[in-house]
Amino acid sequence: MKKSVFLGVLTVAGLAAGVAAAGTLDDVKARGKLNCGVATGVPGFATPDANGVWQGFDVAVCRAVAAAVLGDQMAVEFVPTTGKTRFTALASGEIDMLARNTTWTFSRDVDLKFDFVGVNYYDGQGFMVPKSLGVGSAKELDGATVCIQTGTTTELNLADFFRVNNMSYEPVPIETNAEAQQQYLAGACDVYTTDASGLAATRATFEDPSAHVVLPEIISKEPLGPLVRHGDSEWGDVVRWSLNALIAAEEYGVTSANIDELAKGTTNPEINRLLGSEGTLGEMLGLSADWALKAIKANGNYGEVFEKTIGTSTPIGLARGLNAQWTEGGLLYAPPFR
Amino acid sequence: MSDISFVRTEMLPQQEPPATSVGVVGWMRQNLFSGWLNSAITVICAVFVFYIAGFLLSWAVSPTWAATSLGECREILAGHEGACWGVIRDRWVQLLFGFYPADQYWRPILTFVLLAVALAPVLFADKVPAKLIYFSAAYPFIMPWLLWGGAIWGPLVAAAGFVLGYVVYRVVDGMAGSLAAIIAAVAAAIIWWLLLASPLAGMLTGIADIGLEPVASRYFGGMMLSITIGVVAIACSLPIGILLALGRQSDLLIVKAICVGFIEFIRGVPLITLLFVASTLLNIFMPPGTNFDIIMRVIIMATLFASAYMAEVIRGGLAALPKGQYEGADSLGLNYWQAQRLIIMPQALKISIPGIVSTFIGLFKDTTLVSVIGLLDPLGLSNAIRADSAWNGIVWELYGFIALMFFVFCFSMSRYSMYLERKLRTDHR
Repeated sequence: MKKSVFLGVLTVAGLAAGVAAAGTLDDVKARGKLNCGVATGVPGFATPDANGVWQGFDVAVCRAVAAAVLGDQMAVEFVPTTGKTRFTALASGEIDMLARNTTWTFSRDVDLKFDFVGVNYYDGQGFMVPKSLGVGSAKELDGATVCIQTGTTTELNLADFFRVNNMSYEPVPIETNAEAQQQYLAGACDVYTTDASGLAATRATFEDPSAHVVLPEIISKEPLGPLVRHGDSEWGDVVRWSLNALIAAEEYGVTSANIDELAKGTTNPEINRLLGSEGTLGEMLGLSADWALKAIKANGNYGEVFEKTIGTSTPIGLARGLNAQWTEGGLLYAPPFR
Repeated sequence: MSDISFVRTEMLPQQEPPATSVGVVGWMRQNLFSGWLNSAITVICAVFVFYIAGFLLSWAVSPTWAATSLGECREILAGHEGACWGVIRDRWVQLLFGFYPADQYWRPILTFVLLAVALAPVLFADKVPAKLIYFSAAYPFIMPWLLWGGAIWGPLVAAAGFVLGYVVYRVVDGMAGSLAAIIAAVAAAIIWWLLLASPLAGMLTGIADIGLEPVASRYFGGMMLSITIGVVAIACSLPIGILLALGRQSDLLIVKAICVGFIEFIRGVPLITLLFVASTLLNIFMPPGTNFDIIMRVIIMATLFASAYMAEVIRGGLAALPKGQYEGADSLGLNYWQAQRLIIMPQALKISIPGIVSTFIGLFKDTTLVSVIGLLDPLGLSNAIRADSAWNGIVWELYGFIALMFFVFCFSMSRYSMYLERKLRTDHR
C-alpha cells in the first residue's frame, strides 16, 4: 500500500516535471539566463579562471547558445556537475542543457531520455606509456599494469580491447585524473588510459613530456556533445543549430574578424542566410534574425574556439584530427542552412 | 673517651644535584637515554624526524611565489625538487571565497567577524557583557541576509514570526494554560511564515527597497562554503540533538518512537546518500519550477545527519548521571523542563563535551563531501583549479593549503573544548 502511494507520487512528480519541461526556450528567455551544466573541471573544456569566469571548449558552446537566445554570451549560469549528478540535473530541469564532454551513446540517448543535439568533439580512448618502456603499439601491452578511472566507459572499453586481442592486464583503479597523473608518474602503472584529449592534456603537464608517448591506437569512439531533455524539440533545435552555426561559419570562412563585414550582405546566399541578412531562419527558431551572428561573435567560429581553448597554440596542444571540417578530411559536417 | 663522637652533630648543607640529573641533560638522560634500548630508539627516531623535516622544508621553502604557471615554477626551480606556491598566490582568494563577487567580499568577512561576536556570550560567558546575548539571538537573521543579500524585510519578517509566537504564548498562557499556549504559539508562527510572511515582505520591499545586492548560492564556494554549511549545521544540530536525546528517553510512546526512528534511520545511511538525495532526488520530487536553494538543502541534510549523532552523544551523557540526580530534582518539586534545564542538562552536557566537539569537528570536515554533488568547496575547487592548463599537475600545494585551513579551524575547536572542560571541572580530583 505504502509503496503504491510512493510510486504514485513519483509518477505525478515525473508527469509534472515533463509538462513543465516543455517550453525551455520561453523559460530561458523569461529568466534572462541560460542554466548550463558543465564539468567541475576538465582541462581545456571547462574550468573557472582566477576571477571565477568559466573558460573552455564546452563552456564556449554554452556561451554561443546564450548569445543566440539572449544576445549576451555572459548571460549563462554555469552549474558545475559531476559524472554522477549530470544526468539528474538535466532530467530534473535544474539545467537547460548539458555541455560536459559527455559521450553520445545509445542508452543515454534512448534509455535516459535525452537528445544529443550534435557532436562538438570527436574523442577516442588512447594509451600513454613512458618512452623507456619501448612500446610502439597498444598490441604489445600484454601483461601491463594499467591506470584506469573506475566507473567510466573507458574501463569497459579497456576490458573489451584486451579480450579481443587475447591479452591480459592488471588494472590499477583510480578515482580522478589528478590521482592518475601521480600514480602514473610514480610508476604505479605502466600505462595510463583515458580519452585522447585527456591524455594530451595530462602529458602537457609533465616535467618532460617528450619522455612519454601516446600510442597510435584509438580503441573506442567517444563522440562528445551537448545534450538536452527529450520532448522539447524546439529547444533542442536551438542548441543544435547554434552548434551547427559555429561549425558552418568555419566552413564558409566566417570569423570573428570579418563577421561584421560579412553580415552586411555577401554574394554567397548561404552566408547571408546564416547571418540573417537573407531569409527568415531566425524567425523559424523563435529567435531574432541575427541569432547566429551573435552566437559566432561570442567566441568566434568552431575553429577559433578550438584554437583558443585546446588547439596547438595552447598547452594542451590538440591537433584537429577528426575534428577538422569535412572538406579537410575531418568529420565536422554541418547540414545546410536553408 | 667521651670526646670521641661517631655521630655528626650538625646537618650538612644541601648540595646541588649532580649536573647529569638536572636540566636538559638530566631530562634527556631520564627520558631519552635511560637504557640501551631507549637510546637506540631515540637515535633512530631523531634521524627519522630530521630526515622528514629536512625533506619537507627543502620542498616547502621554494622561491616560486611569483610564478604564473607550473612551467614557470619548473624554470625557477631548474630541476630541483620544490613546491610551486604560485598557484596559492594566484588562487588563494578563490579558495577562500569561491565565486563570490569580488566587490562584496566584505560581506562574508563581516559575517564571520560578527559570528565571533555572536559566539562570545555563548563560548566565553564570564568574559563579555551579558547583554551581548541579544545580538547572538539576532545573528541567525543577520547572517543569511549578509551572505545572500536581498531586501532586509525578509529576515525581519521571519524574525517577527518568533515575536508573534511569543506574544501569542503569553496571551494564551494567561487564558488557557501552558500546553495550549505552546500549541497556539507554534501554530500562529507557522501560519505567519507560510501564509503572511512572503507577501508582507514583498509589499514592504515594494514600499522601501532597502537591501544588499543578492548573491545566488551558485557563487558560494571555497572555505566560505564549508564554514557556512559547518557553522549553521553545528549551531542547529546541538539543540535538535538535545531534543532528540530527551525524546528518546521519554515515556511518551509516539515521541519516543519518532525520535528512535529518526536517529536510527539517519545513522543507518551514509552522509553521501543524504547529499545525493538533497542534490538530485529532491529536484525530481518537488513541483517543477520550485527553486529550493541547493546550499539550503545541503545544510538541512548535514544538520539532520549531525543531530542524530549528537543525540546519541548526549544520551551517553544522560546515561552517565546517577538516578539520584533525577530524584533530587523531583524532590525539589521542579517540573520536567526545570529539572532538565537546572540539574540534568548542565551535568549531562559537561560530561558529553569531548563527544560533542568530536561530532562538530567531524561535521565540519564532512562538508568537503559536497564536492561530489558538484558544489565547489575547497576540495572541489582544487580540481577546478587543476583544470586550468597553467596549474594542471599541481597536487600537494593545493591539498597542503586546504589541509592547513581546515587544521586551523578544527584545532581551535579542539583547544576550546579542552579549555571548557578545565573551566567546568567542579569535582575535586
